[in-house]
Amino acid sequence: MKKLSGLKKTTKVDFATYLGVTLAFLIVYYRLQRGGLTNAMTSWLVPVCCFIVMAVSLNLVVGISGELSLGHAGFMSVGAFSGVVAGMSLRGAIPFTPVRLVVAILVGALFAAVAGVIVGVPVLRLRGDYLAIVTLAFGQIIKDLINCLLVGYDSKGLHIIFNLGKKTVADLHLEEGGVAIIKGAQGAVGIQKMSSFLAGYVLVMVTLVIVLNLIRSRTGRAIMAIRDNRIAAESVGINVTKYKMIAFVTSAALAGAAGALYGLNYGSLVSSRFDFNTSILVLVYVVLGGLGNIWGSVIGATVLYILPEALRQFADYRMLFYAIVLILVMLATNNPHLQQLAGTVAERFRGKKPARAGEGGQSHE
Amino acid sequence: MKKTLALLLAVCMMVAVLAGCGGNKETAAPTEEATAPVEENVGAENAGAASGTFKIGGIGPMTGGAAQYGMAAMTGAQIAVDEINALGGPVQFEFRAEDDVNVADTAVNAYNTLKDWGMQVLVGAVTTTPCISVSAEAYNDRIFCLTPSASSTDVTAGKDNMFQMCFTDPNQGLSGAQYITENFPDAKVAVIYKNDDAYSVGIRDAFVGAMGDAVVYEGTFTEDTQTDFSVQVTAAQAAGADVVYLPMYYQPATVILTYAKSIGYAPTFIGVDGMDGILDQEGFDASLAEGVLVMSPFAATSTDELTVKFVEEYQNRMGQLPNQFAADGYDCVYAIYNALQAAGCTADMSNEELCDALISTFTSDSFSYSGLTGQGMTWSTVGEVTKLPMAFLIKDGVYTTP
Repeated sequence: MKKLSGLKKTTKVDFATYLGVTLAFLIVYYRLQRGGLTNAMTSWLVPVCCFIVMAVSLNLVVGISGELSLGHAGFMSVGAFSGVVAGMSLRGAIPFTPVRLVVAILVGALFAAVAGVIVGVPVLRLRGDYLAIVTLAFGQIIKDLINCLLVGYDSKGLHIIFNLGKKTVADLHLEEGGVAIIKGAQGAVGIQKMSSFLAGYVLVMVTLVIVLNLIRSRTGRAIMAIRDNRIAAESVGINVTKYKMIAFVTSAALAGAAGALYGLNYGSLVSSRFDFNTSILVLVYVVLGGLGNIWGSVIGATVLYILPEALRQFADYRMLFYAIVLILVMLATNNPHLQQLAGTVAERFRGKKPARAGEGGQSHE
Repeated sequence: MKKTLALLLAVCMMVAVLAGCGGNKETAAPTEEATAPVEENVGAENAGAASGTFKIGGIGPMTGGAAQYGMAAMTGAQIAVDEINALGGPVQFEFRAEDDVNVADTAVNAYNTLKDWGMQVLVGAVTTTPCISVSAEAYNDRIFCLTPSASSTDVTAGKDNMFQMCFTDPNQGLSGAQYITENFPDAKVAVIYKNDDAYSVGIRDAFVGAMGDAVVYEGTFTEDTQTDFSVQVTAAQAAGADVVYLPMYYQPATVILTYAKSIGYAPTFIGVDGMDGILDQEGFDASLAEGVLVMSPFAATSTDELTVKFVEEYQNRMGQLPNQFAADGYDCVYAIYNALQAAGCTADMSNEELCDALISTFTSDSFSYSGLTGQGMTWSTVGEVTKLPMAFLIKDGVYTTP
C-alpha cells in the first residue's frame, strides 16, 4: 500500500483505468455467462468495445497530439475491409477461429497503419489545420475506393479487381466454390461472425496499454510538447514531424484493429457505414469524454453508444432525446459551478482515500 | 448559486416542454399513431389472447437518410395489422417496429431488442445491408423473416428462413432488359446508375449483362453527387441513346428528367420500382415525367378495390400517397397471416416450430398470395418471390398500362 501511494498521480489514474475496465468486463462477462443480460445488451458488447478503441485512439491524435482528424472512420473502414478479407480467405489455412480473428485484426491494423503513413507523411509536415482537411477528404476517398473494389477468394488464392465502371463480380472468374468477399458498392456480405466480447475486451486493454504507455513515455512527452508549443519543442531539438507521425500512425493502426473487430461481428459491411458522420460521432465521444483524458474516452464511448439504444422506448423521439442529452452533457461539463463542485468532491475523496482518486472521478461520471 | 438554480430551472422547463410534446402527439396528431404500436394494440391483445396473438416485429430505417422507406413499409405493415385485428378472427397480431437508421449494427441491436420483447416473426429489415446482418442472426435463432424490400440476392443466400416480398435486383434488371428488347428492338440504351448503392448496382449488373452491346453509354453517380447530372445526361445524348434506363430511386431521377428537359433531350426513360413515388415528389413538375415507363409491381393510382382502400387508409395516416415500400410492408403482414392460417399455427408455438411451419407453407406448391403488389405470388425454396413485373406509362400525371 505504501508503494502504491508513492506512485505518481498519472500512474495511479492509469492503473485505475485498467482496473475499472477489467472490473466492468468481469461483471458483464459474469452476467453474460449466467444469462443475466438481455439479447439487446448482448448485442451492444462488441460494438461498444470497438468504439472504445476508436475513441481512445482518436484521443491520441486530437487530445494528445493536438491535431484535428476528421477521417478516423476511414481508417476503421480500411481495417474493417482488410480484416474481413483476411478473416474469410484464411478460413482454410487457419481453421481455429480465435487465431484467425487475431490475424485478421493484425492485418486490419497493418493496412490502416499503411494508410496512416500515406496520409501522414505529406500532411504532418505542414502547420495549421491541414490534417483536418486532408483526413476529411481521406474518409470520402476511402469510401469511394472501396466501392470500386471487387475481391474474391478461391483455391487459387485472392482475386482482386479495381473496378472502374464496367466490371462485375463475374469478372473475378472465381472457380467453383470460390466466394466473392467484397462486391463493390454492395460491400462485404456473408461474413462469418468471429468477434466476441472477450476479444473486444482484450483489444481494449491492448489499446489502453499502448496508448497510455506511449503518452507517459519520453515519446509521449515530446508529442505533448509539440502540442503545447511547437516552436519551443523544435528549439530543444524535437523532430516535430516524426513525433506527430508516431501518434498519428499508432492511432490509425488501432482504428484499423477496431474496424476489423467490428467488421467480423456482422454478416454484412458497407463502406458507407464509415462515413463522415461516423468520424464525427467518434470525435463527439472524445470531446465529451474530455480531450486528452483516456478513461474519459472509454466512458464517453460506452455511454454514448448505448444511449440511443437505451432510448428505444421513446420511439420517435429517440434521436431528439439523444441530441438533448449531448447538449446537456456539453453544458454540464463546461459549467464552472459543477466543475467546482466536482473538484470539491474529488478533493474530499483524495483526502480520505488517495489511491482511489481516479476511480472516484469515474463513478461520478 | 443563482446560476445553478437557473440551470436547474432550465432543465425543468425543458422536461416540461418535452412532456408537452408527448402529450400533443397523442391528441393532435392521431395520424402518427402507427408509430406507437404497443399501446395501440393493447385492446386487440386482450380480445385475442385466448385464440393466439402473434408478436410480429418490424425493422426499418425510421430516422436518417433512408427514413422514408422504413416509415412507409412499417406504416403499411401497421395498417395490415390493424385491419387483421379489426376482423376479430382467431389470429391476432401485436406489432412493434424498431428503427435501424439504415445501419447494420443498429439493425442487429433493433433485432435483439425485438427478441427481448418476444418477437415470433419478423417483417424486415427494409433495406438491404441491415437485412443481411439481421438475417444472419435470425437464421441462427430460427426466426422466420419476410422482408418487404431488401432486394439483394445476398439477403436470402444460404438462409432458408429468409423470404422476400420484392423482386431481387438481378430479376428486375433482367426483366427490364427483356422488356426493352421486346418493345424497343434496335434501341441504343444508356444506363445511369448510382455506384455506391447496392440496389442500383445490382440491377445495373444484371441489366447490362443481358443487354450486351445495345448499351452505348453508362454513367455513374454517388450519394454525394446526385444533385447534378449534366455530365451524364449530355454524354447519353452524345452517345445517341434513345432509351435511358434509370435503376435508382425517384429523387435523383427527378433531377435527371428536369435536366434532360432543359437541354431538349427526349429519349424514353425507363425506371425501376424505386421510381414509384416520382409523381408525388415535392417541388417536382410532374409533367416532366410524362412518357416515363415505370416497371413497378405497385401503383397507388390503380383502381382495384384493395388498392383504393389501402391508399385511402395510408393517406389518412401519413397524409401522402403510399409508395411501393408501404404496399410491400402491407403485403408482408397479410402473407404471413395467410401462411399462419394455412399452417394452422398457434401463438404458443416456439420460434423454431413457427419458423419450420412457415417455411414449409411458403415453399409449398399450394400456397400463393395475391395482394397489392401482385397476383398469385409464390416463393421458391431460395426465398425469392415469383410475380409478374408490371410496366406503367406515366400519361397525364397518372400511371397507365402501355
